Amino acid sequence: MEKIYAKKKQTCELVNAQPKTVQFLLNYSKSLHIVDYNGLKFESNKN
Amino acid sequence: MELQIDDSVLVKNYIQGDERSLEILINRHNQRISSFIYSKVLNQSITDDIFQDTFIKVIRTLKRGSYSEEGKFLPWVMRIAHNLIIDYFRKKNRLPKFECNDNFNIFSIIGDGKLNAEKQLIKNQIDFDIKLMIEELPGDQQEVITMRMYKDMSFKEISENTGVSINTALGRMRYGLINLRKMIEKHNIVLTNY
Repeated sequence: MEKIYAKKKQTCELVNAQPKTVQFLLNYSKSLHIVDYNGLKFESNKN
Repeated sequence: MELQIDDSVLVKNYIQGDERSLEILINRHNQRISSFIYSKVLNQSITDDIFQDTFIKVIRTLKRGSYSEEGKFLPWVMRIAHNLIIDYFRKKNRLPKFECNDNFNIFSIIGDGKLNAEKQLIKNQIDFDIKLMIEELPGDQQEVITMRMYKDMSFKEISENTGVSINTALGRMRYGLINLRKMIEKHNIVLTNY
């Protein structure tokens, strides 16, 4: 009997974020500082 | 066998200032989160953008001390990514999208109203040719056409300025235009429509 069913296409594709995106996030994390003043939180970015 | 440190320990270490823990967390969940985003948006660069925004939110929340550790780091990050994907689609639907094809060109609707360089050159050439032809007309016809076309005067004003009746001015205009047409035909001048 002929095959009447098409093969199910692989819908899940495995991808990774680019290394430069990861590097950006690590640098962002290192540069971000939170200052707590009287219960208020201020963000500062040391770049 | 490599010992895998638990997410909750890494999160705790990161909050205490260990930047290396964040790197481990990102690398550990990179493929899973990226693939999840990609499965929805089907575009690598948009996936990267949403992945980046997701972890910016994660970093800010952790550094602010607003994260409550319940041993569910990955589901929490996935939820943030999920919300950002929804934001992306909402934003995309709000923005009008126009695509140019053979039947439709966006520049036929929007434009600055000015002629392009080629059409401007053609217009200048036509203006120059017409001016030369007007100079070839008899003085009275030349005068009426110049006043009407270049100075935008009404026939009443022309009659007052030249001292002839309105009908005479109209007649001179008519003969002037007939003579111009004759010149165009005789010299085979092409006044391209722009």
